Amino acid sequence: MSYFDDNRRARVDELLTLYPRVRSAMLPLLHLVQEQDGYLTDEGMGEVARLTNTTIAEVRGTASFYDMFHLEPVGRYVVGICTNIACMLVGGDELLEHATRTLGCPVGGTSEDGLFTLEETECLADCDIAPVVQINHRYVRTTTPDTFDQVAEDLRAGRRGEEIPPHGTLIRVRRSGGLRADHDEIIAERATAKSAREARSSQESK
Amino acid sequence: MTDVIRTTVSLTVNGRTIEAQPGELLIEAAERAGSYVPRFCYHPRMEPVGNCRMCLVEVEGPRGATLQPACFLQVNEGMVVTTDSEKVKKAQDGVLEFLLANHPLDCPVCDKGGECPLQDQTLAHGSGETRFIEEKRHFAKPIEIGDLVLLDRERCIQCSRCTRFASEVAGEAQIDFAGRGDLIEVAPSPVEPFDSVFSGNTVQICPVGALTAKPYRFTARPWDLEQVESTCTTCAVGCRIAVQSSGNRLTRVLGIDSEPVNHGWLCDKGRFTLDAVDGNELMTDPLDARSRITDPLIRRDGELVPVSWGEALDRAATILRDGAAVTNGVGAIGGAALTNEAAFAWERFVRGVLGSENIDAQYGDGLDAVLVQALPKATIDEAAAACTVVTITGDLREELPILYLRLRESAVKKHNSIVEFAFSKSSLRSVAKVSLPVRPGEAHEVARALAGSAPDPNLALSSEELNEARRLVGETGEGVVFVVGRPNIGESAVVIETAIRTLTERFPQAKFLVALRRANVMGALDMGLAPGLAPGRGYSGVFGRDTLAQLEAMRTGAQKAVLLLGGCLLGNVVNSIHAASALAAADVVVVTGHGGATLAYADVVLPAAIQHERAGTVTNLEGRVTNVAAKLVAPGSAWNDLAIASELAAQFGQHLGLDTVEQASATIESMTGYPSSSVLRSSTNDGVMVGRHETLPARRSLDPMANPGIRSVDSVGLGARSGATDVAATPAITSTTAATWSQVTVGQGITIAPLDAYSLRILASRRLYDRGIAMQGSPALAALVPQVSLRVARADLNRLAASDGDVVVLVGSKTSLQLSVVADDELPSGVAELPFNLLDGGGGDPVRAILEAGSDVTVIRLETR
Amino acid sequence: MATLDAPLIVTSRREFDDSFTLERYVTTGGYVALKKALTMFPEAVASEVDTASLLGRGGAGFPAGRKWSMLRKSPISYLVVNGDESEPATFKDHYLIERDPHQLIEGVIIAAYALQVSQAFIFLRGEFALGLERVQQAVNDAYAHGALGPKIFGSAFSLDLVVHPGAGAYICGEETSLIEALEGKRGFPRIKPPFFPAVTGLYGEPTVVNNIETLSNLPWIVNNGGAAFAALGGGRSTGTRLFALAGRVKNPGVFEIEMVKNTFRDLIYDPRLGGGILGDRAIKAIIPGGVSAPWFGPELLDLPLGQDEVAEKGSMLGSGSIVVMDETSCAVRATWRIVKFFSRESCGQCTPCREGSGWLERVLYRLEHGGGRVEDLDLLLDLSDNISPGLTWPPQQTTICVLGPSIPSSINSAITMFKDEFLEHVHHGGCPHD
Ligand SMILES: Cc1cc2nc3c(=O)[nH]c(=O)nc-3n(C[C@H](O)[C@H](O)[C@H](O)COP(=O)(O)O)c2cc1C
Ligand code: SF4
Ligand code: FES
Repeated sequence: MSYFDDNRRARVDELLTLYPRVRSAMLPLLHLVQEQDGYLTDEGMGEVARLTNTTIAEVRGTASFYDMFHLEPVGRYVVGICTNIACMLVGGDELLEHATRTLGCPVGGTSEDGLFTLEETECLADCDIAPVVQINHRYVRTTTPDTFDQVAEDLRAGRRGEEIPPHGTLIRVRRSGGLRADHDEIIAERATAKSAREARSSQESK
Repeated sequence: MTDVIRTTVSLTVNGRTIEAQPGELLIEAAERAGSYVPRFCYHPRMEPVGNCRMCLVEVEGPRGATLQPACFLQVNEGMVVTTDSEKVKKAQDGVLEFLLANHPLDCPVCDKGGECPLQDQTLAHGSGETRFIEEKRHFAKPIEIGDLVLLDRERCIQCSRCTRFASEVAGEAQIDFAGRGDLIEVAPSPVEPFDSVFSGNTVQICPVGALTAKPYRFTARPWDLEQVESTCTTCAVGCRIAVQSSGNRLTRVLGIDSEPVNHGWLCDKGRFTLDAVDGNELMTDPLDARSRITDPLIRRDGELVPVSWGEALDRAATILRDGAAVTNGVGAIGGAALTNEAAFAWERFVRGVLGSENIDAQYGDGLDAVLVQALPKATIDEAAAACTVVTITGDLREELPILYLRLRESAVKKHNSIVEFAFSKSSLRSVAKVSLPVRPGEAHEVARALAGSAPDPNLALSSEELNEARRLVGETGEGVVFVVGRPNIGESAVVIETAIRTLTERFPQAKFLVALRRANVMGALDMGLAPGLAPGRGYSGVFGRDTLAQLEAMRTGAQKAVLLLGGCLLGNVVNSIHAASALAAADVVVVTGHGGATLAYADVVLPAAIQHERAGTVTNLEGRVTNVAAKLVAPGSAWNDLAIASELAAQFGQHLGLDTVEQASATIESMTGYPSSSVLRSSTNDGVMVGRHETLPARRSLDPMANPGIRSVDSVGLGARSGATDVAATPAITSTTAATWSQVTVGQGITIAPLDAYSLRILASRRLYDRGIAMQGSPALAALVPQVSLRVARADLNRLAASDGDVVVLVGSKTSLQLSVVADDELPSGVAELPFNLLDGGGGDPVRAILEAGSDVTVIRLETR
Repeated sequence: MATLDAPLIVTSRREFDDSFTLERYVTTGGYVALKKALTMFPEAVASEVDTASLLGRGGAGFPAGRKWSMLRKSPISYLVVNGDESEPATFKDHYLIERDPHQLIEGVIIAAYALQVSQAFIFLRGEFALGLERVQQAVNDAYAHGALGPKIFGSAFSLDLVVHPGAGAYICGEETSLIEALEGKRGFPRIKPPFFPAVTGLYGEPTVVNNIETLSNLPWIVNNGGAAFAALGGGRSTGTRLFALAGRVKNPGVFEIEMVKNTFRDLIYDPRLGGGILGDRAIKAIIPGGVSAPWFGPELLDLPLGQDEVAEKGSMLGSGSIVVMDETSCAVRATWRIVKFFSRESCGQCTPCREGSGWLERVLYRLEHGGGRVEDLDLLLDLSDNISPGLTWPPQQTTICVLGPSIPSSINSAITMFKDEFLEHVHHGGCPHD
């Protein structure tokens, strides 16, 4: 009856051990929900509430603070185009406007074929290749209307699957294990080592 | 917010030097010094968050004077503060203008209009014209965020008082902020509505009209309201309230911030069950608990018919006189809903006029009255300050909601320890340090184990938990408060009484807080309404029959007549079939404000005024005597109990001398030293503790911004509030003596039928939202009474080849009952948890019929169909 | 011409395509500094950093050594790396994250050793999917290499490092908001005092929060000594620094150059760096340190790139981002876009920031798109004054964090420098550049 599938279940179990308090796993867990369902489903948020010992209202309240989380279904590809200052100065608004036509969806909307959701984003920190475009949080590093159209065409044709995973997939590299250091032991050791050092240095200074 | 007061610090506010306590918040210190700092998000009962920025003041620092939030800053020695400079004014006006930018201008239709801090601030300081010409933010109109609360998001000023209340005070974060920036909004979960039993508090503390209460919405305008300060008598916590009415109709109840009791909070049952008082005068069926009884009734040809007071009194007197003519042939039951003065009058009537010792305010669902009186008592404050609290009660959130909030707060904020006798899943579980699993009939064994005996191996106790609990309780019980009630009315009171006795003997320094739940049960006992007791918290040493014994005596014909003080006997007593046949066999006089199934057995019904219709005093569970106020005129020809008792006495040619509240309270106080008239006269609205010499400080003035909604209490004029008043010291009344203590009858051998594979012990627990009169009479709340189901441990269900949701048959010794069953992983095995007074089986709750008054534990069998 | 003879401290692996791999890192001198540090006393490592006078690269420019020394003594403390880089037109941390994750990790371990913390977190901006993958891979490899985990490189020192993804909120770059996000909550900044992270940080424990670039300097400092670092640059601004140059320049990008020795003009015009303005137009204005900073006009192009030098002229080097506007750029539009950013990114807890940012944005929108009024200029300034009293620099504030008082920076600059352009918008009924 578990909400997460087996592969993610293991990652969830590990995540919960990485932090001194379980609620800290909130954001990574929500990313996993989005990876599994494409957006934050009620069931997914319910599961995160259970795992982090919070209420669904808190999970939803937390999730809705962050732009990357979608509480409603989105297209297969979430296309983000930056119009912030650096991109604006070199044509970000124009590219966004162009994209509404190419993708067939208004800003904030999803195309009829369910393929694209278009978003205006704030600065994506890649400003030397402006205007900046991200698709499913992968930089496509394309700046002109023509190259943008080419990318859209590729996606429609099912190409670029390697480069651009399904929406929600954030980190494809798994952490290679939980915490390794024995933290209680360390704290004790440190205290002893420190007092020894202090003793020595006070002796030296004499 | 620090408790330890070491010394004071001095600081300068607007050029004046003032003294404050270290750690005190600047906003509080400045206000005491006469410099009120405006605010919206700050609430004195919650942690400051400093987010509305209305309270900015100038504070000198290393880099010159900077603007700082007075609500967040703690005072320091030598601090230099300015609250009235141009810079401060500009900043505050700026905040106000920002708040109004997107705020709708719908004050004329807003519930809060007329008592709105934002409106008041604007009228006082606003510029009068807006520079905001843009379109305002729009949200869909009010949304229901819970059963009783509506949210108008456009009016919200994001002060986070409601969300903080939910998570910080109630501990149920069912609402939280969602979104970010200027799109931030308060939101419930889409799948879990805001169904907290404390939801109404969020409406009261909302500084604007964003949250409104469904029952109150659009019913009145603040300026039409009159109000009095009173005490809530929905349960025995005794929260202080402002009762508001418009004409002769109750419109609203608000919590008042009483330091020793409720801190301003109320539960929704106390807040929203007004309709049960004045909403049902039109219902006339005396057997329906929702009806008010407005005329005297007598039974004629099998029917209850209205008659004149004279005729009814005459008939009642005849019945009681005939009963009294037989030795031990009459008695009285009930009275926990009366004022102390009325209880005293009835006590005088029963003992003095009828000459009977058969008198009991409890319905067999409480604890031995002499034991209760003899316990070394703790106050709520002492329980909240105790290093360890041990609860031996039902779920406190369901039984005594505000006591639950107080104990929860002390566990969360002060890290005080709670050790819980865990009968089933309780609301305190998440904050308790230790939960000791207890099955029906075992509480005394667990208490013995806690006291140091080797635990019976049959108990479900782990030695780890037990040791931790023992450690927390310590050697002598010093600093420990045991909160004791009746967690299971399917089990004999003897089980808990034995547990209590064990604990008092083993932990001589421990104190006890008695968690009996019925409104003024403590006042009734203090007035002597129980065998062995005398008025003024005294002991008579003479033991008549208690409720269960009277019922038995009526059934056998030994007792011919009974006077019922209140009409809800059958709704509360264990084993109602037994009780009904007892009433059928006797002559019955009922004094009541409400109808109910019990009236089917009444020969005479005398209509009485109820809460909010009569003044007097009541005593809460800790022994605090406070006043209750008469806000309404009782309907029809209902009388005050004092008048009824006096007139009835007059029928016997006797004069009680207790015709008015003033007379009765003066008599109580002069006769017994019990605080009564001093409370009625007092300006200290937090009341007087029985038997304690203490001077309560007068309550600090109620702060409109801290407690919006309450401020008109002052303006309407409830009397002076300032200046400490030295309440006449009350003499210590009766100390616990070995003699009285030894009268406590505690069963030695508790016998519990052994369980076989199909039988389970019943845990009859209580819910706040039940089928009592208050709930039934209030349409908004009646709809919230939960579905009843039986809860059984999953392992037991599997054994019985039943599964979650199945309908099963519960077979008791006399009757059986069909119910759906829910698997509950928190329950110990061998237990069937069955909420009491939730089922409507036609003539009342069939659960009552299944419970057995005679045996120590009710055992049932479970059969699948 | 720019002075480019200083060593590359954080971008020394510029020319390698595989600079992010452990192999490349180790073959180019990686983890040598860590091994050296582990032979030193923690206090000695901290003292090198103090000597280096390494100013924080996250925005506030607080000396790292001083910050470390303020850490409250407690059995448990944490190191948190601020990799949220979201200040508009700032993309230098992003560069280090994707291109040299091991250098960052080595810096983190050195700092953790100096501070004697046993658990550290790298908070990375959620939108950096590739960066997250690179850093996670590098962390995995570092564990395998013995650089993380128990008994690092056979020493007595142990450290666990957790990569924590953000989820899209600029405010989480503010250190207390970042801590809230790391605790699994909404990113509401905490009030200082009392929530200075060094005293009351993550889970209420003392916490050091340092920026990605700040920590990436540590391996070099340990290898070469704090004095060598301090010998570079000038005044308080020692060492090199990464500048993210964007906007209307021919060659936008991330450049590591020596502080103070170079000027804005060097950075923008040197052909090895910015290469001049698109179409060789004239500069209209520059934003010297992220959009929270007040703007400079072309007359300040010869100002040295030093923290105090820029502060003296009423702005800041802040996040190390430099945005160039030329004659074709509309000052009103730029202001509107920046304020729109703040309005979208305000966390929403303080009234002046939440309501003020939205109000200002709408007024600026009207000015840019038609519907502007002359009195709007005063309104903009007065509302700004209600968020940041006096409109001074450094700003005063009526809010909890400094996002609020960052909003007026561009408004105040633009109206002061380009008042006529605003009035032109009013009279033209919209943007004359369109
Ligand atoms: C609104 C706001 C956003 C910030 N964003 C970042 C950021 O993205 N990255 C960063 O390192 N510091 C950012 N800071 C600065 C941090 O609060 C903090 O000062 C810094 O991480 C400390 O690191 P340092 O001392 O190494 O510079 C921001 C501050 C504010 C007020
Ligand atoms: S100034 Fe703005 S971003 Fe900062 S805490 Fe206040 S509302 Fe949030
Ligand atoms: S910020 Fe102090 S009352 Fe709101």
